[in-house]
Amino acid sequence: MNQLIISAATEGEEAANPLVPNVWEMGVVLVGFAVLLYIVIKFIVPMFEKTFAERAEAIEGGIAKAEAAQAEASAALEEYKQQLTDARAEANRIREEARAEGAQILADLKAKAAAESARITEQAHAAIESERQAAVVSLRSEVGTLATTLAGRIVGEALTDDQRAARVVDRFLADLETQSAGAAK
Amino acid sequence: MIALALPAQDSGSFTPPGIDEMHLPAILPWGAHDGFSKQMLLVILSVVIIATFFILAARKQQLVPGKLQFAGEMAYGFVRNSIAKDIIGGKDFIKYVPLLFSLFFFILVNNIYGAIPVIQLPSFSHVGGAYVLAGIVYFTWIIIGIKKNGLKYFKLATVPSGVPWYILPIVVPIEIISNFLVRPVTHSLRLFATMLAGHLIVMLAGSGIEYLVMQENVLLKGTSVLVLVGAIAMYMLEALIMALQAYVFTLLTAIYIEGALHADSH
Repeated sequence: MNQLIISAATEGEEAANPLVPNVWEMGVVLVGFAVLLYIVIKFIVPMFEKTFAERAEAIEGGIAKAEAAQAEASAALEEYKQQLTDARAEANRIREEARAEGAQILADLKAKAAAESARITEQAHAAIESERQAAVVSLRSEVGTLATTLAGRIVGEALTDDQRAARVVDRFLADLETQSAGAAK
Repeated sequence: MIALALPAQDSGSFTPPGIDEMHLPAILPWGAHDGFSKQMLLVILSVVIIATFFILAARKQQLVPGKLQFAGEMAYGFVRNSIAKDIIGGKDFIKYVPLLFSLFFFILVNNIYGAIPVIQLPSFSHVGGAYVLAGIVYFTWIIIGIKKNGLKYFKLATVPSGVPWYILPIVVPIEIISNFLVRPVTHSLRLFATMLAGHLIVMLAGSGIEYLVMQENVLLKGTSVLVLVGAIAMYMLEALIMALQAYVFTLLTAIYIEGALHADSH
């Protein structure tokens, strides 16, 4: 170890001071570094920055495009839903209307039928009434004549006295009517 | 170390490589004391390597990068985001990216030379280059500070706010010395000294192995294996330090610039 130090020390006496630079080397480093710095400023940094910027733009553009597409899709979905709701409401409305219309038509028809039937019944009643009146009138005269004749034949007495005859017939008919009314009850 | 020292007593002394060995003879003219040295060639080569690599990597400018472009973008993004953006921040950091980027890769490539066999010479094991780079950074941050704050910058940089007036006579000289005198010296010598030391260790291990292998004693010969293992471990450590020093130098540059930009808030 001592040997080492001694030999190093003896060598060191003649050694150049390592802190004193070689001027020519400094010049080469200065020029070399200046050239490198120029190339870096002029070409390398702008090229890399341009690529970085383009890449950032491409990514941001892609994101914007995707966002636009998503917005468009959700708008379309909203519109579709809106249309669906409208269509449902429309269908409901139409169904309601149809139902109301149907009910109306049915009510009209019912009313008309009822009126018709009432009218027919009325006519029939009137016809029956007039027939009955006619029948009553003809019966009254025919039955009177027949009864008088029959009674005259039976009694042997001429019932020519019109007043009396009419009185007898009326009484008979009145009896008949009360009898038939009692039977009807 | 005993193994190294003992044989020196009998069979010729072991002379470890010294500072002088750092200065190789020039290439042009060949073997001259002064002239175009290996260091100068390597510095010029580093500029060519860095410029070629990054221009090739950035040239295609594809949105989805290939392998080369990806590697270039990783390297560029490291300096841009991890150093410039994180330290300087704001909107202005992009202005200083070229300087930081150039510094980092210039120093990195010139340091890594020391770990490549045959080349095996970190350019900054000579102090000149380190002085130049630290000087460029020194003037850069002073100019930025003056541009940003005017001449008031020197007051902002040397008179810390919130210090009682009676301590100022002590604090101000310390601030002046530490900011304006010591800072460029430590900035340059840190890089130079680590590279010099790393290179010396490699040379020492190399000559030590050579010396031990030449010994006639077989056991002593065998100890050269221990030195070899130690040398490999040191080589790994040196490779780490080479990358680390490039990072530290660039990081400090960014911190100095940030300090000059925001002198009023420090």
